[in-house]
Amino acid sequence: MNDKLIIAGKTYNSRLLVGTGKYKDFAETRAALDASGTEIVTVAIRRTNLGQNPNEPNLLDAVPPSKFTYLPNTAGCYSAEDAVRTLRLARELLDGHSLVKLEVLGDPQSLYPNVIETIAAAKTLVAEGFQVMVYTSDDPIIAKQLEDIGCVAIMPLASLIGSGMGILNPWNLQLIMDRVRVPVIVDAGVGTASDAAIAMELGCAGVLMNTAIAGAQNPVLMASAMKKATEAGREAYLAGRMPKKLYSASPSSPTAGIISSVRD
Amino acid sequence: MITLSINGESRQFPAALTAAELIEILGYTGKRIALERNGEIVPRSTFAAQQLTDGDKLEVVVAVGGG
Repeated sequence: MNDKLIIAGKTYNSRLLVGTGKYKDFAETRAALDASGTEIVTVAIRRTNLGQNPNEPNLLDAVPPSKFTYLPNTAGCYSAEDAVRTLRLARELLDGHSLVKLEVLGDPQSLYPNVIETIAAAKTLVAEGFQVMVYTSDDPIIAKQLEDIGCVAIMPLASLIGSGMGILNPWNLQLIMDRVRVPVIVDAGVGTASDAAIAMELGCAGVLMNTAIAGAQNPVLMASAMKKATEAGREAYLAGRMPKKLYSASPSSPTAGIISSVRD
Repeated sequence: MITLSINGESRQFPAALTAAELIEILGYTGKRIALERNGEIVPRSTFAAQQLTDGDKLEVVVAVGGG
């Protein structure tokens, strides 16, 4: 089936995007990424630990940018200025790589996006030539504004980051997809495989997750489950589900040719 | 003697130095790092020419696991 995810003109076979945080070690990170079939992985940009041996193992060795498309994020940034600075550093770090995940958070309890700062950062980044995939609320008006600014993917939350609460408002995701032409990717809130399948059945272009895999008892097995769920949900969406018929059953077997009752 | 703020830590150096010399002292030569000086990116290609001055605020970053 020729069904590819296209982001900023680049084609991907997998519609599952995976974060690289919270794993036990780099070996588990890599094993989970491989089991998920993902091609796009998020990474964070952080200060080097000055006291630490500079020859410690490095994420870039375990997850080589030659094999995975890196999506540096701005996790932990609470202002447009900090998010822009972080992604400028990421671009320098990754040799001019311009595909980024913008997220500007509102408060540390909810990690809910601050859409005002997000919009300001998106304008600056697009003007500087970044290809911006943007984490945002599930507000359809804001989603459209972010597309109009030039973001290459809109990534609404399905529920709070790291909550595993699943798809809380499918109707808002639908409203976003009705308005936005760039890929809509559910980012945040997926807890288990059925959540990924639901997102894909709704027509989302992809799903991005981290804790749902890294926080599972067996992250590598969950990564495999997420791969299948994402694919199953996508196929179900493309296949077009049967209409729901409320209070009206319909037999699957022929109604003609049923043997008659012996008591007649 | 000059004082630099590196990743929020105050560090003193006996004499003025370049970005390349600082990166060498920190053990990051040839490593995947990026450097910001007073809010502006310092491209790797300009490390040798970039003279650091007293009071500079520097950020040295790497890619780490994250969602």
